Amino acid sequence: MAVPAAGSPASRRPGVARTVLSADDITRIVSRMAHQILEKTSGGAGVALLGIPTRGVPLAHRLARRVQAVEGVDLPVGSLDPTMYRDDLRLRGVRPLEVTEIPDGGVDGRVVVLVDDVLYSGRTVRAALDALAAYGRPRAVQLAVLVDRGHRELPIRADYVGKNMPTSRRESVAVRLREIDGADGVVILPPAVTPAGDGAPVDGPVVDGPVVDDDGAIGDEAGERA
Amino acid sequence: MKRHLLSTEDLGRDDALLVLDTAERMARVAEASVRKLPTLRGRTVVNLFFEDSTRTRTSFEVAAKRLSADVINFSARGSSVSKGESLKDTAQTLEAMGADAVVCRHSASGAPHRLATWVRGSVVNAGDGTHEHPTQALLDAFTMRRRLGRVDGLAVTIVGDVLHSRVARSNVWLLTTLGASVTVVAPPTLLPLGVSSWPVEVSYDLDAVLPKSDVVMMLRVQRERMSAAFFPTEREYSRRYGLDVDRAARLADHALVMHPGPMVRGMEISSQVADSARSTVVEQVANGVSVRMAVLYLLLGGSGETT
Amino acid sequence: MSGDRDTVGSAGTVGSAGARGQDGSWVLRRVRPLGGEAVDVLLTDGIIGAWRPAGSTTPDSEGLPPGTTILDTDGLILLPGLVDLHTHLREPGREDAETVESGTRAAALGGYTTVYAMANTTPVADTAGVVEQVWRLGLDAGHCDVRPVGAVTVGLAGQRLAELGAMADSAAGVRVFSDDGHCVSDALLMRRALEYVKAFDGVVAQHAEEPRLTAGAQMNEGEVAARLGLPGWPAVAEEAIIARDALLAGHVGSRLHICHVSTAGSVDIIRWAKAKGWQVTAEVTPHHLLLTDDLVSSFDPVYKVNPPLRTARDVAALREGLADGTIDCVATDHAPHALEDKETEWAAARPGMLGLETALSVVMETMVVGGHLDWAGVAERMALAPARIGGLPCTEGGPGSSIAVGAPATVTLLDPSPRRVVDADALASRSRNTPYAGRSLPGTVRATFLRGRPTVLDGKVV
Repeated sequence: MAVPAAGSPASRRPGVARTVLSADDITRIVSRMAHQILEKTSGGAGVALLGIPTRGVPLAHRLARRVQAVEGVDLPVGSLDPTMYRDDLRLRGVRPLEVTEIPDGGVDGRVVVLVDDVLYSGRTVRAALDALAAYGRPRAVQLAVLVDRGHRELPIRADYVGKNMPTSRRESVAVRLREIDGADGVVILPPAVTPAGDGAPVDGPVVDGPVVDDDGAIGDEAGERA
Repeated sequence: MKRHLLSTEDLGRDDALLVLDTAERMARVAEASVRKLPTLRGRTVVNLFFEDSTRTRTSFEVAAKRLSADVINFSARGSSVSKGESLKDTAQTLEAMGADAVVCRHSASGAPHRLATWVRGSVVNAGDGTHEHPTQALLDAFTMRRRLGRVDGLAVTIVGDVLHSRVARSNVWLLTTLGASVTVVAPPTLLPLGVSSWPVEVSYDLDAVLPKSDVVMMLRVQRERMSAAFFPTEREYSRRYGLDVDRAARLADHALVMHPGPMVRGMEISSQVADSARSTVVEQVANGVSVRMAVLYLLLGGSGETT
Repeated sequence: MSGDRDTVGSAGTVGSAGARGQDGSWVLRRVRPLGGEAVDVLLTDGIIGAWRPAGSTTPDSEGLPPGTTILDTDGLILLPGLVDLHTHLREPGREDAETVESGTRAAALGGYTTVYAMANTTPVADTAGVVEQVWRLGLDAGHCDVRPVGAVTVGLAGQRLAELGAMADSAAGVRVFSDDGHCVSDALLMRRALEYVKAFDGVVAQHAEEPRLTAGAQMNEGEVAARLGLPGWPAVAEEAIIARDALLAGHVGSRLHICHVSTAGSVDIIRWAKAKGWQVTAEVTPHHLLLTDDLVSSFDPVYKVNPPLRTARDVAALREGLADGTIDCVATDHAPHALEDKETEWAAARPGMLGLETALSVVMETMVVGGHLDWAGVAERMALAPARIGGLPCTEGGPGSSIAVGAPATVTLLDPSPRRVVDADALASRSRNTPYAGRSLPGTVRATFLRGRPTVLDGKVV
């Protein structure tokens, strides 16, 4: 998924990347979401956070750190890779598997909060719910996302939303996180001139660093285009 | 990944590592309470075995079923194959059945390569003649990495009938691709004449090589080789190239003893060594399922358009 | 297989066609004998009637027999009709793979005017009856002369001598005897055969392969076989038999011919035997001059042949041996096989390759383009030497005589300029097992004449 360098001749479209959330915005949002989780789960009793790779995992850890700072509670954190449960593998080509790390004590009887960066079609979350079922039977499953950009294709909604962000289907939302991309920020990439067959923005705008989240933002949208 | 897995000789380092990393994830699936994944639902995997091998066929079958693929076992015995139907006719039959993958075991070197030119699905070589057995080598490398933490830099010694061993060939290419240094040890009659062109050291002296080995891989030696004058007697072979307790004592503490099975106990390996803590014989079987799940996932998981 | 140029166009006819009998008379205008200076060559009454100054012949020219066709053969190379000492025509027995008719059709298209049909048919050509049958089938087909090779031993079994004398005395007039496909591995039997055929100036053509060293062999033993896990066919299995038989031939003073020499070591041994003054001759196939064993990596049995494809070092030695005369001639070992015998796994496939329709092109590619042989050398290695070894009467008069005035009008016209891509489906052979499919080769045979009668014109069978 190569993004052409800035100013490459391929950049024929006039639009530019729009930063919609700054690093400080993200810090404030994560803090608020941590409070909401505590509020809704009566202080985090029996809660485990499972990040959906790639960027859901550091978000889960950030949420856990905020919860610890606010309430002094250590929530177990893990990761859950839904790749092998996806219904669109044949459309999108084989993808490398990510780590699944179920916290000690498992998921049985716990309140599992799935954490992802972007909620879009809902297909990733659906796959994650199936993946989770293979590991046990949680008392309840909740969903926390940093950005909800709409355009759901399944009856799925998030319990905790950092930011509702109306977008066009032809736009891409790229979440960047310090732990993976070196810096925090959320940008909206304008529509590509030609529909990208493989899901990558063909002639990318001026953005440094990786803009494509394997599983969250552009990836979801890509699945639909393809 | 390419569309087929026919040999490790043409398997690049990145693809080999992708298989091993994916196998690691697959191994974790075994820890979940529900071990079955929906990944290959609706896909058909045909086990096409022209040679009997319950172990390998079962391993592929378990792997495919854990990924929810439909599995058809098509064995030569009792089918039209034994009535003189050609490999090509069989291929066309499988094609008509809509096989997404054909796992092929054949006594003729190169048979899976031929098959790959006649079917649209992916072909996985499950052992062809004395040529290659790529998934065995992948599971061997996987076992080494799990036990010793790495393959890169390991000193691996392969002992026995290298001439007739598809396991040896696949391991030589894969392990050297992954950065191991490989030594083959055998009587000169059981080494191919062209071995000098392989990226390996050649030795006729097992005792000299053992102390510097991180892994010793013992190959099965078939007794019928004796009749073709490859070596004089079983006793002499065993004395010079068999791994018994005394020889195993020369190994470093961390060194592993591997065997692709089936073992000829008392010939190339003694029972005490085969059942010792440094032996990986049993976990090689479990690892085989993880590696074959990884291979099937990587070949069939996507749309396959990236050939 | 057809080239683009319609080079053998008729430039005019003298008087009424057919006035001089069915074969007519022909002028090859501006043709280049053995690649030399252009001349006009008149073929009439089955012989080469005259050489005239280049371009001087027109329909109005003096002295042309009525009905003479003038062919525009500008730039074409005139060679004596090619002779193949080693052809498998498969009839009787495997008419699905090839027949005498289809095989000789392929031969004519390849520029051949004589082929020696190997004895490993079903039934084996080990009696006067079978060799006469093959000989008559050749006459009936009429595309080229067919000279049957007789088996050395009954049923090619290597146990008892076949009735060599009866075959020699038959209408087929057999002079070459071979168990090709099998080695006459018994040293005593080989000695007896070599001695026995002296009585009728016969020659034993040995398939040199020590059978114990090649049991189960699938390809050349070496680096590629080690990688592919295919049982090796060691060079020494060929060389040991050649050395033994050269010593035997020297000992009993007989003629020995070595089939399809494939290794560098064999070339050395033959060179040594010739230096001793022994009557040892040898042939090399086109495929051993061009192809190497790394092609087997595809496991495509179209590359399976016996003796197997060897290494680049062997190929270089074979070219050198052919250039310096250590190897006397090129023989195709044209070995047609039905599809089901080739579209299999490697070990199950039968060995052998088509060769008749591509031999001259391969020799041009490997020997002429590289400067190892000139066209006179090609004529020697592909026509004159095999004719001498095979005991053909038409070559009496010495080397080069075959395109001199008065010699039989048995000639081949080659257009050296166009390269063509070999299309297996366009071959005249009933089989498709050419290893050159998709490969670009130089040169196209435009016409072949057998004793003044065209068998091929415009690259098509007449």
